[in-house]
Amino acid sequence: MRWIFGFLCVACAAAQTAPTAPEPAGDAALGQRRFESQCALCHGQDGSGGRGPNLRRPKLDHAPDDAALRKVIAEGIQPEMPGAWQLSPHEVASVAAYVRKIGAVPPEPVPGDAAHGEQVYKSKGCANCHMIRGTGSGFGPELSDIGSRRSVAFLRESIVAPQASVPDGFLMIEAVTASGATVRGVRLNEDTFSIQIKDQKGQFLSFRKADLKELRKQRGKSPMPSYQGSLTPEELTDLTAYLAGLRGKS
Amino acid sequence: MRLAWVALLAPVLAAQVPFERIVNADREPGSWLTYSRNYLGQRFSPLNQITPANVAQLKVKWAYQFDVPNNEVSPIVADGVMYVTGPNRAAALDLKTGRELWHWRRPIPADYQNIGFGRVNRGPAILDDRLFIATLDCYLVALDIKSGQERWSTQVADYKPGYSMTLAPLAYRGKVAVGISGGEAGIRGFVDAYDAKTGQRAWRFYTIPGPGEPGHDSWKTEAWQTGGGSTWVTGAYDADANLLYWGVGNPGPDWNGDPRPGDNLYTCSLVALDGDTGKLKWHFQFTPHDTHDWDSAHVPVLFDAVIRGQKRKVVANANRNAFYYVLDRENGQFLAGQAYSKQTWAKGLDDSGRPMEIPGTQPSDEGTLVWPNLNGATVWFSPSYSPALGLFYVAVRETGATYFKREADYKPGTFFAGGGQRELPPDDVWGAIRALDAASGKMAWEFKLNSPPWAGVLSTAGGLVFSGTTEGNFFALDAKTGKPLWDFQAGGGIGANPISFSIGNQQHIAIAADRVLYVFGL
Repeated sequence: MRWIFGFLCVACAAAQTAPTAPEPAGDAALGQRRFESQCALCHGQDGSGGRGPNLRRPKLDHAPDDAALRKVIAEGIQPEMPGAWQLSPHEVASVAAYVRKIGAVPPEPVPGDAAHGEQVYKSKGCANCHMIRGTGSGFGPELSDIGSRRSVAFLRESIVAPQASVPDGFLMIEAVTASGATVRGVRLNEDTFSIQIKDQKGQFLSFRKADLKELRKQRGKSPMPSYQGSLTPEELTDLTAYLAGLRGKS
Repeated sequence: MRLAWVALLAPVLAAQVPFERIVNADREPGSWLTYSRNYLGQRFSPLNQITPANVAQLKVKWAYQFDVPNNEVSPIVADGVMYVTGPNRAAALDLKTGRELWHWRRPIPADYQNIGFGRVNRGPAILDDRLFIATLDCYLVALDIKSGQERWSTQVADYKPGYSMTLAPLAYRGKVAVGISGGEAGIRGFVDAYDAKTGQRAWRFYTIPGPGEPGHDSWKTEAWQTGGGSTWVTGAYDADANLLYWGVGNPGPDWNGDPRPGDNLYTCSLVALDGDTGKLKWHFQFTPHDTHDWDSAHVPVLFDAVIRGQKRKVVANANRNAFYYVLDRENGQFLAGQAYSKQTWAKGLDDSGRPMEIPGTQPSDEGTLVWPNLNGATVWFSPSYSPALGLFYVAVRETGATYFKREADYKPGTFFAGGGQRELPPDDVWGAIRALDAASGKMAWEFKLNSPPWAGVLSTAGGLVFSGTTEGNFFALDAKTGKPLWDFQAGGGIGANPISFSIGNQQHIAIAADRVLYVFGL
């Protein structure tokens, strides 16, 4: 009965967006072939972006749901993106299925006690740098949907070896000023003539590059300390479980 | 009665831009009468009021806002008016204030598709009393420069199979030449010239030779019919020789060369065409059988140079494939060349200028890492040549990519690319403005940029080089040394070519940055 109710609700939701025929199901393998021949020029061969945006992420600005994604593929986004009018509805749905596949981390079994992991998150001071659903500090990456963007193995590694994969927008900078002072922080923006940095106190700093004695980009270094050794194996597993369960703000 | 005569005659005589004014562009350095200021493609201004000593005092004098983003326009300036264009639109601006005097729009058809490029326009052309605009839906339109009203419009091609136009036309000796975009859609490219008065087509040169034509045997299969060879960047013109020089784009499908064995003439080439007939005088192919999308879509730069002790009339090209070439422009003979940017696909150029390709650098199923990336070491944005210093300035993109090969099925009006690329991480790529010895290509200096640029270069007799960055910096360098002297944050990425002109007797500089056109002066 519950299944039937669920089915009815889905049909009802579909009826609101497509009152005529139901949407065709997509074939992600077919979608990959069409993507590579029709979309890769702008979005990159593996969807990681180029002239067009990176699609390997769960939330796409112009496609909050699958119906919107299919509409974007079929009709384009004027003026930047042409519509794929040449694709059949099944092919459009297949490309959409492929885009969702490369953008989402599929659900996987998560060992550990997420409720205890939340306690670990709070007691170890993670919120001093990270924000979840509006609570915490915005120095580090926002984590409200991190479970839908990163695999369990990736999350676990990020806790014990955060330097292994520093996320975009968190490049560590050391700038030596004209007076000889060394300023450390994350890079917020940079152009040929200037750089903007946020230090650990959250202060915004801006320098003309010509005014600096030295500008060091610390690639492979993370502002986050490793928690290897400061978490028990059980705490690490539970904290990972908590993070893996964070799949959106609502 | 005498008053009435004056009133009748004045609109006819005022502000005409005959061919002779454009040929003799140096006689009026305060104007900018053709895409690259002179027919030689040099983008050099003889104005010298703005110098290394005072450039730091440059200020915004006025700005003009477009109603579309990503503007690439290189304006025309004549007789107190600046003419600008966008996709299917044009406007005349009062040169003193930037206020519109008229504007013109042509609707973009709802089913128009821009396949492999943005909805942009790089500028107008002017001749006599007309302004010429090439539209996305493939019309060449002549507007009355005084009113913006249409004199004529001529269909150049059908946009539905993927043809389009984004370039500034080249108006010369009673004709208007245009090229075509669509190299990722399996088009057959061409250069056309139209009668400037009537709009009737004077000639067409197909960049992909058909059966029985010279060069056709460089296509071993029927692939020539969808062979690409777009012509989407404005050419140059030698008025003495009456020759047009035009760059030709990539073969199709871009990254899968299997269906098109052979050199695939005249893709990735420079062609020299008779101005009256469009007949091919010579060609030079930079990248035979290209599989990396390295269009030779560049403004050819014409100048005189001493090569091995002999004075030659040459045409130079900093190519998308990362090599700089100097050719004899009377016969296409290769005179000098060398890499000006990182490249990993060729051991060098042989004595004829043909690249010695390194095996294993073609796109593959699993991906092949090659420098430069598909956008090339430089691309459509203009270089500049300073006759005062003998230097060739080019905005360089230092980035490679992993190239993939995929199957390509031709379907009119869709992508016919046969693969693609995966880009390098943003912090692994960079850019530069480089000054090359124009006769040899040897680097004189470079100024590094934070990221690969999309903006062209202007050099001036005042001893300056102007260009822009993707992050919105518009800047001036010392033309002799590359030392940065001034910069301005424009608030939007710069993907356009700078120009210089006079308002009254004062030198100014203009650049489009995303949605805004800025005019700077002292």
